[in-house]
Amino acid sequence: MIGEKPKGLRAHLTLTYPALMLGIFFIVPFGLMAAVSFFHRQPGGFYIPGFELTNYKNLYTALFGRTLVFSLFVAGLSAAVCVSIGFPFTYFITRMKRRAQVVWLVLLMSVLSLSEVIVGFAWSLLLSRTAGLSNLFVWLGLMERAVAWYPGFMALLFGICYLAFPYTVLVLYPPLSRLDPALPEAAQTLGASPIRTFFTVVVGSLRNAIVAAFVMVFVFTLGAYLLPQILGRPRHWTLSVLITDAAIYQTNMPLSAAMAIFFMFVSLVLVALTMMIGKRKRIKTV
Amino acid sequence: MPQILIRRFNRAGKSQISIFNDKNSMSGLTLENIDKNFGSVVAVCDVNLLLPDGQFVCFLGPSGCGKTTLLRLIAGLEKPSRGRILLDEEDITHIPAHKRNFGMVFQSLALFPHLTVGENVTYSLRVRKTGKTARRQRARELLDLVKLSGLIDRHISQLSGGQRQRVAMARALAIEPRLFLLDEPLSALDAKLREDMQLELRMLQQRLAVTTILVTHDQREAMTMSDLVVVMGPDNRVHQMGSPLEIYRNPADTFVADFIGTSNLLDGTCSGPRDVTVGGARLEISEMPDGMIPDTKVTVSVRPEEVHVLPGTEEGANRLHGSVSFVRDVGSSVEIYLDCNGLQIVSQSTPKGRPAVRQGDQATAVLPASACVVLRS
Repeated sequence: MIGEKPKGLRAHLTLTYPALMLGIFFIVPFGLMAAVSFFHRQPGGFYIPGFELTNYKNLYTALFGRTLVFSLFVAGLSAAVCVSIGFPFTYFITRMKRRAQVVWLVLLMSVLSLSEVIVGFAWSLLLSRTAGLSNLFVWLGLMERAVAWYPGFMALLFGICYLAFPYTVLVLYPPLSRLDPALPEAAQTLGASPIRTFFTVVVGSLRNAIVAAFVMVFVFTLGAYLLPQILGRPRHWTLSVLITDAAIYQTNMPLSAAMAIFFMFVSLVLVALTMMIGKRKRIKTV
Repeated sequence: MPQILIRRFNRAGKSQISIFNDKNSMSGLTLENIDKNFGSVVAVCDVNLLLPDGQFVCFLGPSGCGKTTLLRLIAGLEKPSRGRILLDEEDITHIPAHKRNFGMVFQSLALFPHLTVGENVTYSLRVRKTGKTARRQRARELLDLVKLSGLIDRHISQLSGGQRQRVAMARALAIEPRLFLLDEPLSALDAKLREDMQLELRMLQQRLAVTTILVTHDQREAMTMSDLVVVMGPDNRVHQMGSPLEIYRNPADTFVADFIGTSNLLDGTCSGPRDVTVGGARLEISEMPDGMIPDTKVTVSVRPEEVHVLPGTEEGANRLHGSVSFVRDVGSSVEIYLDCNGLQIVSQSTPKGRPAVRQGDQATAVLPASACVVLRS
């Protein structure tokens, strides 16, 4: 059987279950949302079926534009921060003994077991003026008086990176642990210092993994909804907040659906662009 | 131990003796009392070697004997637990790998997958900030040298195993290294290609006259290519160093005799200044090691091709009697297995010189005095 493609109806039967699940829980809801985005909004009511581009035209506001750009910016920045810290971090983990590697990975996994709500409120407490870390620094004599580090952009970025970091490491761990240890050694025998080796050989040969990790964190962060509201100011609210606001508080389902579809479209274009840049770099060196 | 090794070496490489007699020049690589432990595991134990310039040296031994670790110590990829490494009298023990200017070819080749052939080959020049045009020029020269002209812009994944091998060699030679180190680079190739590459590597080394150290577990490979063979044993020590022929003819101990080629190892006792008794028969020996007193337990090593088999029972010195237990005729050579009262003796001869014996016949094995090497048990 190995190497042969399954033939006939029976072989394809195994595929029906996942296909059905995908259809029910992904394609149908997405189709509904896409349809709703063209429906007509009934002020004070819900919506009536139809086809109009009004909802998309209504997206053309300063608020939507600013929030869209901000959401993409936060996602891009946190992806960059996570990958640039996560890559060397993961590299050093993979150079450790097996036992130490397991301990680190379990530690990182345990972060994933925390709910986003708990993480958000915990950091809001730790970054606050009254009970936060700055009090500790004051006590240690490192600071003059306690300050509030939240709400604010840095607090938001910090919270998002805290949540996305374990995923970054998990995405980077397999390719890094598969990296032939002779590659950096070869670079050293050829005269490259350890730092140069890291950038030219380790980073260079794993560029695809880095792009993949970046895209993963970027997409993961785009959907941030809770943290911007807990750790950020209203001007740090992301598009997810705006969409929820339109859907639930303004009961404008067609507009929120249009926002979501447009947001998804822009993100897909950006992800595709990132991947293309990653690929083109590779071709250039050929 | 160091004296023994140097003496052995001198006996082997006669052309090099002058180097060692000249007090001014100790040019070459010296390893002094090198130990390497990984935790409680001993990888290399008490190694003393003197490897002269321009030679092709093979570190030969079974897997796990520490030969790769020894090479990595020389390359600077590991630090010795004890001892010193000197290059032309300069202590390089603590110089990091990237400042040693040695070229190394790894077992996995370790070619950079994200760079082209040309970029791989000139990586060391880029690190040294050589200009782009000069780099490309040098890449062309090196690729010509390893017969890969025209592949400069290929991607590594587009190359065959043999081509990758050559790229790895070209890359290691790009900076004209003081030492060229190879860690079993040919082990992944198929037999035919491996033999071609062995020859090519040897010719390349002779052309460039670069001191080369090759690690291998394949004794045939070591014998074909090297000026000097360093045999390491499972106890992680160096057992013998010498020219391939000397090691083959004059193994230092039973391990070397058994590991290099095949050998008849016969247990016996010393019975006179030039006599050993083996299985009740007296063997005359032409060269006895020093300090052998009667009744010392010894092992006599005789190469199968030195053993002559005569039909029937013939009396005399250096003759053992027994019955033919097996005849293996592989066309190019004939092996005859004799059972001499429990002692198994193998004889190898050419089809022309084939003795007229068959399985079950009584026969006599003649072990010439000059072919018997006496080793301490």
